[in-house]
Amino acid sequence: MTINTQATEPGTPSDAQQGLAVVARTQGQMVRRRFFRHRAALAGMVTFGLVIILAFSSIGFAGIPGWWDKSYLDTGSLVNQGRPTLSVVPEFLGGDGVRLGEHPFGQDDIGIDYFALTMRGAQQSLIIAFLVAIVGTVVGTLVGSAAGYFRGKVEAVLMRFTDVMITIPVLIIAAVVGRMMGDSGAAALGVFIGLVIWPTLGRLVRGEFLSLREKEFVEAARAIGTPAKRIIFRHILPNTIGVIIVAATLSVANAVLLESALSFLGLGVQPPDTSLGQLISEYRSAMVTRPWLFWWPGLFIILIALSINFIGDGLRDAFDPRQTRVRA
Amino acid sequence: MIVFIARRLVISFFVLLAATFIIFVLTALSGDPLEDLRQDASPNKAQKIADRVERMQLDDPIPVRYLSWLGDIVRGDLGVNRDGHSVAIMLGEALSATLQLVIAATVMAIIIGVIIGIVSALRQYSGFDYTVTFAAFICFSLPIFWVAVMLKQYMAIEFNNWLKDPVIPAPVIGALALLSGLVFGALTVGDRRRRLVSFAVGLAVGGGLFTLLSVTRWFADPGFGLPLVLAVSLTAAVGFTVLAAGLRQRGPLYAALAAAVLGAAASEVFGPLLADPTWLEIAGLALLTVAVCAGLGYALGGLQRRQAITAAVLTGLFTGGVIFVDRMLQAFNSYSAAVRGRPISTIGARTPNFQGDFWQMNLDSAGHLLLPTMALILVSLATYTRYSRASMLEVMNQDYVRTARAKGLPERTVVVKHAFRNGLIPITTLMAVDFAGVIGGAVVTENVFGWQGMGNLFIDGLNTVDPMPVMAFFIVTGTAIVVFNMIADILYAYLDPRIRLS
Repeated sequence: MTINTQATEPGTPSDAQQGLAVVARTQGQMVRRRFFRHRAALAGMVTFGLVIILAFSSIGFAGIPGWWDKSYLDTGSLVNQGRPTLSVVPEFLGGDGVRLGEHPFGQDDIGIDYFALTMRGAQQSLIIAFLVAIVGTVVGTLVGSAAGYFRGKVEAVLMRFTDVMITIPVLIIAAVVGRMMGDSGAAALGVFIGLVIWPTLGRLVRGEFLSLREKEFVEAARAIGTPAKRIIFRHILPNTIGVIIVAATLSVANAVLLESALSFLGLGVQPPDTSLGQLISEYRSAMVTRPWLFWWPGLFIILIALSINFIGDGLRDAFDPRQTRVRA
Repeated sequence: MIVFIARRLVISFFVLLAATFIIFVLTALSGDPLEDLRQDASPNKAQKIADRVERMQLDDPIPVRYLSWLGDIVRGDLGVNRDGHSVAIMLGEALSATLQLVIAATVMAIIIGVIIGIVSALRQYSGFDYTVTFAAFICFSLPIFWVAVMLKQYMAIEFNNWLKDPVIPAPVIGALALLSGLVFGALTVGDRRRRLVSFAVGLAVGGGLFTLLSVTRWFADPGFGLPLVLAVSLTAAVGFTVLAAGLRQRGPLYAALAAAVLGAAASEVFGPLLADPTWLEIAGLALLTVAVCAGLGYALGGLQRRQAITAAVLTGLFTGGVIFVDRMLQAFNSYSAAVRGRPISTIGARTPNFQGDFWQMNLDSAGHLLLPTMALILVSLATYTRYSRASMLEVMNQDYVRTARAKGLPERTVVVKHAFRNGLIPITTLMAVDFAGVIGGAVVTENVFGWQGMGNLFIDGLNTVDPMPVMAFFIVTGTAIVVFNMIADILYAYLDPRIRLS
């Protein structure tokens, strides 16, 4: 929907001078503009970015050291019964001043620095969530577009397969993968959960394809002999990108929650590896004596899920072609 | 229609069949079913292993085991678990526990969620709307097990401690009053002055109410008493009349008010009966209420007879509900003493070996249901709120709503009759699908609260690598998903004639 500036007659004041100029924007520019005007989505994006940077830069990743000097593996002596040393209340308000201290998130019962442990958990949870989203989106898009474009037998077979997948509880897959993969489970778990959660997106994409394949531009492409592969990927898929991006974003949030629930039930990430849900599960009995062991991972799960949900909401509004009113 | 249903059923049958095979194989492959026995130190270890191998047919390949399971299922036999217990009995117990849990939670989530969603749609872009939207997003992002553990700590343990001396501290009263003021203010439309006035009213009402509750130590021995029951019912009568008929005609209002007064009076008349009733008697009283109230509506309704009957029946049932709650609260003191002052419990479905009268037993169930229900409600409440808000907004922008406004119908008629009914159509289908999912979806909640339901059956089966309970779980949940999805489709086509089933 691009609107060109009207040619103005020489002599009369131009639209720009009257403040009526209409700027031509491409679809992408409009989407970006709407998204960046969505304040909640922007806040979500900033928060999510900060969480990612914090999780990966603090304790380092894949052998690269981070700026935090303690490791999530080293035990140590308990300082002040492992209480968090983080303080955010400034001194002039009667607090201890703004400082991190030795163990900002406290220590667990064998003296492991809980900040490092939480960051490690956040890393694993984020990796799993991204893998789930990527695998789920790719598979769902492929199945959905094939079913929606080819119709007939292909569709019948693929959609029945989707139905079967939808009825299988994710917990079973997680239990099998968790037990079989052992220590290196996190990445494998992500991929396998992705392989089970795609049907939702598959149905969405199929629905989009069903309506788009009847449009004139697809008919035109078919008439000049464009191969099916090119029609799917070049002509139809770009038109469904909004639906796919929104669903993919929201699936990251769902995956974080799903992974933590699985780990909580003892079916997801297995010790000694850790994740946010696994931490909560491990320290759930510490709620009374050491509540901080329970608070921090939960807080990070909520932060991640909430910020992604807001990003997804912003994207949905931004991609919605009915949305003509640009938010101020 | 029949062709549609038959085709769907046949396809679903094969889909479920394929899924059972995959699940059976996956469960059987997920670990070693003899693991606990291998570390067993007792002398008859070899015998135990041999028993289990025979019971679970571990010497046969997995597909053979699957076929033998399938053969049993066709004959209606769910088999035995690895210790020889009948799965059918386990399934029956688990199903009844889970249904108890999820029915209460789902019904409450639907009622509260739809109301909040509609109000926030009618007050779009108000403070209330933004708050509800934000709260819904937070609920979507909450890990349910985390919430459940928090509820256990703060709503059960600390709340029970507090009940020993139920005085609300002044800062808490202040916060609650502020909250009530904010809700009042956010719900008001109009300029800043009107909103400030409602805020002040809300502040005063909230502050006064909670101070009163604290000073009289209401929580130590709660209950309403007749005057309060009457006051609440009369307010409800006015509310239901406004919703069902509007206040222009007097007939419906009189009918509803009469229903409220009659209900409150009946609670005294039926006092002896209500001392220790049975569920059958309660059901009978409810039927009597409906009959009497319908009669009242018919007699007093005047021109708006149908609306009067609706308003009177709703008021009557509501009054009955208030009386029911009041009776239960009156039993609170004795119940609380019986469970040593810890009425909100965190584990299981009932207090072991507890015996009491009807009200105390109900209170016992309620105390056990409270926390898991709250945990379950959070997420589905957010879903219903978002859905009904979106659906209501969509409907309010339709041409027929504009037409209704244009021909001068009062706003109540436009909202209740033209918008609300159509807005409910997509929510109906959501309800059907949601209910199917929730039967098997309470796994985490059941785990935290030690509830012996479907989720537990499933998780235990998985952990012990025992396919029988897992398959029993899946047969129930899978069938529920298929059936309820079909009900959703049929309902949708019935409610919205533009949709055709084919």
